Amino acid sequence: MNAPHNIIDTGAPHAATVVARTEESPTIFTLQLRLDNAAAQAAYRFAPGQFNMLYLFGVGEVPISIMSDPEDRNGIGHTIRAVGRVTRGLAALKPGDKVGLRGPFGRGWPLQEVSGCDVLLVTGGLGCAPAVSVIHYVLRRRERFGKLVIIQGVKHAEDLIWREQYDRWAKLPDTQVMVAADEGAAFWPWHVGRVTELFGLASFDPKCAVAMMCGPEGMMHAAADSLLARGLPESRLFLSMERNMQCAVGRCGHCQFGGAFICRDGPVFNWGEVKSLKSHRGF
Amino acid sequence: MFSHPDHAEFLPLDQLPVLVEKLMQRGYQCLGPTVENGAIVMRELQSPDGLPRGLQAEQSPGRYQLTRDPHNRYFAWANGPQAIKPQVFAARESLWQVRRDASGTLAFEAVVPDVPPQALIGVRACDLAALALQDAHFLRDGRRDAQYAQRRERLFLVAVQCAEPGATCFCASTGDGPTPTAGYDIALAELADGFVVVAGSEQGATVLQTLKLSPATPQQIDASRQQGLAAAAAQTRSLPGHNLRDVLMNNLEHPRWDEVAARCLACGNCTAVCPTCFCHAEVDEPALTGQSSEHVRQWDSCFGEAHGHLHGFNVRPDIRSRYRQWLTHKLATWHDQYGRSGCVGCGRCIVWCPVGIDLTEEVAALTAEIQP
Repeated sequence: MNAPHNIIDTGAPHAATVVARTEESPTIFTLQLRLDNAAAQAAYRFAPGQFNMLYLFGVGEVPISIMSDPEDRNGIGHTIRAVGRVTRGLAALKPGDKVGLRGPFGRGWPLQEVSGCDVLLVTGGLGCAPAVSVIHYVLRRRERFGKLVIIQGVKHAEDLIWREQYDRWAKLPDTQVMVAADEGAAFWPWHVGRVTELFGLASFDPKCAVAMMCGPEGMMHAAADSLLARGLPESRLFLSMERNMQCAVGRCGHCQFGGAFICRDGPVFNWGEVKSLKSHRGF
Repeated sequence: MFSHPDHAEFLPLDQLPVLVEKLMQRGYQCLGPTVENGAIVMRELQSPDGLPRGLQAEQSPGRYQLTRDPHNRYFAWANGPQAIKPQVFAARESLWQVRRDASGTLAFEAVVPDVPPQALIGVRACDLAALALQDAHFLRDGRRDAQYAQRRERLFLVAVQCAEPGATCFCASTGDGPTPTAGYDIALAELADGFVVVAGSEQGATVLQTLKLSPATPQQIDASRQQGLAAAAAQTRSLPGHNLRDVLMNNLEHPRWDEVAARCLACGNCTAVCPTCFCHAEVDEPALTGQSSEHVRQWDSCFGEAHGHLHGFNVRPDIRSRYRQWLTHKLATWHDQYGRSGCVGCGRCIVWCPVGIDLTEEVAALTAEIQP
């Protein structure tokens, strides 16, 4: 749980260049960024689950979780959905364009502590980047982990991005992939119905497993109930939370969740740390 | 303040302007009580004898009215809407700026405020306690806020014992007043013919050495002590002395939250006048030339709709959840963050609430019939 707080700068952003842009869906895109200062780029380290603040000139900043592999020194990947002023502007960027970057911030997934154990990823909604970065992380270090269980729920079949990847992951050994869409579509090979119907089918060893969740609150509560009922210790259940981070360093107050500053103490939390307050709306 | 009464000295009434003069000579911009828009606020004193006398302020829920002090004292007024907070955590300031050249390259630069050393004259114990909480937030180990630190390091604080608390004050119950005990450079207690004065820092002691002081007599020390006790006893409002964390967090669905939400306008006045509220928004302001932009922070409020905004979702869409966020943060989860309640008993949120919502009354209702 103790990802390094290796902040490279607490003040102004670093200038960064878009080195590649990938269209993932009509509203989702991935930006590969590289810090213009070579020494800063070389020194940049992060843990999966941490996030950066990306700045669009004259418009503002948004918190975006880091998508790429921590050992990839060529660039820093961010998968973004165009939903607001800044993200719609970021969507219009091309390779060579400039942005600002502050980070990395927060506490990432507890990947160092789960060697040898099964890894469950439970995600919902459109392109859950914080969890997909864990899938890539595990697959590139396959020998360090046990079974990999991927459970993804979407509202409509067409909402699933990286669909080929799910097909590919499903064919890998020791990997269980289950995808559910509330509404299916032609040639949809996966489950049609609630993702919660799939939790019972997950194959893992509760004595040596870790589960990581992100997505809608209701889905996470249902997943937590199911996994805990099957014997997964609460200490091995984690989630990533999202709030209106503006400063990213525990100062501006917008991301407070009870006494926690999600930007600093999270965004990854152990279920036990947040479950009681999460059952109340408004925090 | 008088934990070391053997060090207390006496400053005659007519020597108070000399204290201000000495501070001005040492390069301090001196701020003191000033009437502005019918309220007492801290503004720059134009001359050493610029401190007003005979001001008082009647305060009650939703009401603030200046009056005259029949004894013509310097500090017979209870706190106005603002004191220390705006001097260290500016209501609005630039954090960094960025320039874009013709090729599109961005150059970022942090902005550190250029502020003169400031002496605040007449700050109260509640605000010193609030400043310690703001310090804990903005100067946390390993993460010092550059702008706050710059202002904070240049601050010289002349505190005054509150002799005439407002009807809305409850600092005695939070343990933060009415007599200053820490965090000041110089502390004063105003008596009829002068001030019992103590230094709280080396800088404070250095300034006091330049004044014509005599040792305070036991009678003067006792009079100031009695004055503090009387000011505490005069307070009619209070918060429970124990940690309210568990009782509030275990009653998040109490019907009183709905009841107070029906009265609350979500205007955010309480957060603007609260000396410990630290929330701020960060906004970007591009220059008309299109070649540069400023990244500005400005006070924000958890009562505003934007505070809990997420794409497609608002964490706190209703006033009930916003009032509950404010009160539970202030009195409950502040303990988790900084080891004590975030309320210092200044009562400003009660006075400046346009509908007179009284935090002590809400806490009493929320915790009635419930044992801690």
